Order: sequence, then C-alpha cells, then structure tokens
Amino acid sequence: MSTTGERSTGTIYEQVQDSPEFADLRSRLRRFVFPMSAAFLLWYLAYVLLASYAPGFMSIKVIGNINVGLIIGLLQFVTTFAITTIYVRYANKYLDPAAERLRTQIESAT
Amino acid sequence: MNPGTAAVLAQAEHVGSVGLNVSIFGAFVLVTLLFVYRASRTNKTASDYYAAGRSFTGPQNGVAISGDYLSAASFLGIAGAIAVNGYDGFLYSVGFLVAWLVALLLVAELLRNTGKFTMGDVLSFRMRQRPVRAAAATSTLVVSFFYLLAQMAGAGGLIALLLQIPNSNRFGQSVVIAVVGVLMIVYVLVGGMKGTTYVQMIKAVLLILGAAVMTVWVLGKFGFNLSALLGAAVENSPKRGEALLNPGLQYTNPIDFISLGLALVLGTAGLPHILMRFYTVPTAKEARRSVVWAIWLIGIFYLFTLVLGYGAAALVGPDRISSAPGAVNSAAPLLAFELGGEILLGLISAVAFATILAVVAGLTITASASFAHDVYANVIKKGEVAPDGEVRVARITALVIGALAIVGGILVNGINIAFLVALAFAVAASANLPTILYSLFWKKFNTMGALFSIYGGLAACVLLIIFSPVVSGPKSVIFPNSDFVLYDLQNPGIVSIPLSFLLGVIGTYVGRREPFNTARFAEMEVRSLTGAGSEKAVAH
Repeated sequence: MSTTGERSTGTIYEQVQDSPEFADLRSRLRRFVFPMSAAFLLWYLAYVLLASYAPGFMSIKVIGNINVGLIIGLLQFVTTFAITTIYVRYANKYLDPAAERLRTQIESAT
Repeated sequence: MNPGTAAVLAQAEHVGSVGLNVSIFGAFVLVTLLFVYRASRTNKTASDYYAAGRSFTGPQNGVAISGDYLSAASFLGIAGAIAVNGYDGFLYSVGFLVAWLVALLLVAELLRNTGKFTMGDVLSFRMRQRPVRAAAATSTLVVSFFYLLAQMAGAGGLIALLLQIPNSNRFGQSVVIAVVGVLMIVYVLVGGMKGTTYVQMIKAVLLILGAAVMTVWVLGKFGFNLSALLGAAVENSPKRGEALLNPGLQYTNPIDFISLGLALVLGTAGLPHILMRFYTVPTAKEARRSVVWAIWLIGIFYLFTLVLGYGAAALVGPDRISSAPGAVNSAAPLLAFELGGEILLGLISAVAFATILAVVAGLTITASASFAHDVYANVIKKGEVAPDGEVRVARITALVIGALAIVGGILVNGINIAFLVALAFAVAASANLPTILYSLFWKKFNTMGALFSIYGGLAACVLLIIFSPVVSGPKSVIFPNSDFVLYDLQNPGIVSIPLSFLLGVIGTYVGRREPFNTARFAEMEVRSLTGAGSEKAVAH
C-alpha cells in the first residue's frame, strides 16, 4: 500500500477502515441486517404475544381443524426460510465482492 | 392398535426388545468410533483439536450444527410436549428456529472472521485480555455445565424407557450413565473437534431420516391430511379435547412464556458450543453456508416433530404417554413402536441415545477449549505457552468435565431439571449475546462494559433462578418444603436480558477513561467484515 495517504502513520487496518470502500461495505451490511433483525424479532414477539394474550383469536378455525395459531406458527417458519434466502442473495451480490477486494488489498500489503 | 400390541403394552408399558435396542446403539457406537479413530490421525495441532483444522465445508458443518443443536430435549421433549400439551409444545420449537436468524445475520460470519477457537477470542479482541477472557470463560463454563447436566439427567429417563432398567434400580441406571460419560470422553480425547463433528453429523442424519420416515408414515395413516390428523389427536385426548390445538395448556402465565420466548430467541447465538462450530470451516462464507444448512435442517425437523407430536396423541394417546416410563419423553419412542414395531423403536431409541452422546461431546470439547485456551493459556500463562501444552491441558480438562458430568448426572438422575436447559439459554442470552453484539457493532464499548454485562447478566440469571418457584416453594423439585420465592417466574430472561444490555452501557460509561485502542478496534472491525487476516484452514 502506498504511504502517501493522509493516514500514512496508521496500520493497514486503520487505513482501510478510513477508506470510502470500507465505509460503503459496512453501511451495506448494517442497512440490511439491522432492519431485518428488528423486523423478525418484532414478528416473533407479535406471535408470542398473540399466543399469550389472544388465545381466542389463535383458536379460530380456518380450514378443517387448522386454526389461526397453527397458520401463524407455520408462517414463522416460512419467514425464517425466506429471510435466510434473501440474506444469502444479498450477501453474495452486495457484500462478498467488496469484502473480497478489500481482503486482497490488505493481504497483499502485509 | 392391534390386540398383540395391546397385550405387550399391558405388561407395564415395557415395549420393544432390549437386545435389539442395545445392538442398534452398539452399531452406532462402533461406526462413530471408527470415524473418531480415523480423525485422530490428523489431530496434532491446537487448530486440529479445537477447530478440526478448519477443514469442514459449510454443508458438513451445517449438518453437524443441527446434530449439536437438536438435543434429546428438542426431539423427545418437543414431540412429547405436543402430544400431551398440544400447541404450546409447538411454540417452543418456533423460538428455537427463529433464533437462528440472530446467528445468521449478526454473529456467525463476523465471529468466524475475528476469532480463533473460543468466544473469548472475539470478546477480548480489543479489550484488556485477561479480565475479559476470564469472564468469557466463566460464562462459557456455566452455560456448558448447566446444559451438560440437563442432558446427563435426561439420560436416566431414557434408560428407563429404552433399556427397561426401572427407576428403582438406581445402580443399573448409574452404570449406564457412566457408560455414556466414558464414551463421550473417548470421542473427545481421541477424536478432538474432528471426531466430535463426525459423531454429530452421523447422528443428525440418522435423527432427521428417522423423523422423516415416521412423519410420512403418520401422515399416510391420515391420507396426508393434516386436518384429519389434528382431528384424530383431539378425539384421542378426552381430557384435553379441542384445547390441544390452542395455546394455553402448558404456559398459563403469559409473562412467563414471553420470558422463555426471549431467552430462546436470543440465547442460541450466545451458546458457546454453537459458536465454536463456526471455527471449523475455512471462511466466513462457509460459516454462512453452514448456518443456512442448519436453518433448513432444523426447521424441517421441527415441522416433523409437529406431525410426530400430534401423531403420538392420535395413535398412542396422552394417557398412555404420561403413564409410560419416561413420561412425556416417551411419546416419540411409543409412536415408533406403534408404527413399525420393535425394529423402528430400536432405531429411534438408538438415535435418541446417540443424540445425548453427540450433544454432551460437543459441550465437553467447548468447555475444555475455553478453559485451556482462555483461562490456562491466556489468563494464567499470559499467552506464553506452547500450543501442544495448551491442548494437553484441554484434554485433561475434558477428562475432568467428563468425570464431573458422570457424577453430576448420577446425582441428579430422576430429578426433573429440564429448567436447566432454559436456564442455559437465559444465561447465554444475558451474559454472552449483549457482549458479542456490543463488541462487534459498538465502537465505544470497552473492557468495563464487557465485564459489567457478562458478570451482571450471569449473576442476575442465577439469582433470579434461585429465588424462583423452580428452586423453592410447593411446586419446586429441589426444596419443596421451604419457600423463598421472590421472583414469580420460571425463566429469568425477561429481566436479565434487558438488564445485561443496560449494564453493558453503564459499564462502558463507568470505564470511559480507559485508553481507546484505535489500532485494535480498526483491526477487529476490518477483519470482521472482510475476513482479512482471519485464521486459515490447515492443510494435511
């Protein structure tokens, strides 16, 4: 790595941490994982609260013996699988290439 | 039920053939020992012993993670809870699954990139090494030991069911618990992490296949109509009736259930034996793939347990389950006998045993790694110790933990200590998760914050449990004759988890004059996101 940058005194990690590419990678990660974590935690909390405080609602039958509670419970499985798949696609497309570039840059400098 | 089965069952609910159960289990032990012996040949360095040379692929590790996570509690326990208490058993499994998203999105990859062998590696990365490692090791040992004890105690109940050694024969049961403990020690000492991983993979495949076969079989009996299965379960549960399909049978106090739900969903990503599995793969991308595999396998498995639980209610009936040796835990084995007779029962029983063996082996290697790597090498020897010296200490520790688990398992045999698993999750969620998240994502977080959060979360959990109705009072199993209940909930999570997050902030403020290590912070953040400088796989 060249030593002409403004932070030429810092370690390679400090130089990379200050770079716009790294800031961009960090914000892409956080922009995805923070709202997504909040969303699935709220959705799970809603499920737990419904089961605890609205058993009557959860007991309404929809198809045959299958009630609202079972459907919402199974939807928790569906959203978990869906978030997993969406995250993997996002990471492959928006996180891995940038991480790979920065890693090569650091490892060739050290 | 055909008349023949009824006659067999009439003899005090002893089903199946002990010889068959033992020989199938013996075959499992032989096959796994072979793998463990082969694994031992490449078991030289610390990286081999603790992290299997980081040589497993994502899918392999994902299968092993499911093997590590799907304990006897989640197989026998959840199926039984659904059979007897209906919907509330299912609620449990939803929490266990959703929890994996925390690991996937926030923890697995960053941890793999930053750490080496233990949780303490990550937590102490940019902090003062010795106090933070000591704290991380303390909470690792507490969580692992609670979890271990619960598994060993569960073994007693299983033995009663599978080997037909009655609860009155304490000596016979103790011998079997000792055999389980000795086998586990052999797996860990000979095979290290690689051998333990093979045991978990083989067990996971058997468990998931066995559950799949039973699920299709049960559904087939009801024309692949879930609604018909649920109807039959209701019909066969005269005491519960329609309530079997609705929430509220098991958890009557809503706050208690919310507390448990929080501990389940936030605890998984703080369980040290799960975190350690992420070090067995070469890169963060493989760590991600392993969580994805684990989520699919665990999720599908919990869907199977839903069918198995209601299937057991419909085909065996809650009364017979409750009165069988092993009580609710016997739902899945009894269902296996109902469907496929002695052979399927033998298979499922062997799998249940293998489950205990694989989980305790994973816990033992984690606890021994944490003691040897964090406490011995870094706190006592200040990092100046040869790697083979560290591994030697880890092996001795594994031996000690194994011995403690055998003695503890024999002492608590027969006592219902299922709450210890919920407690282990609560400690993981309170003492570990806040510190992991803060140190990965919060720049100002410091040594004092980490110590406040870990010790505060740990102390809060243990104190709340001591003063809860599970330890004393009329409904308790430990001191039913004295009453010092101050905290009227079964699970400490709803208080201890927010408290620990708060203590992390307060501690950080208290320690705000600590010198800030800019270089270490930069290295940790850049490493965690890019994988630069992370531990590489060992080539053999």
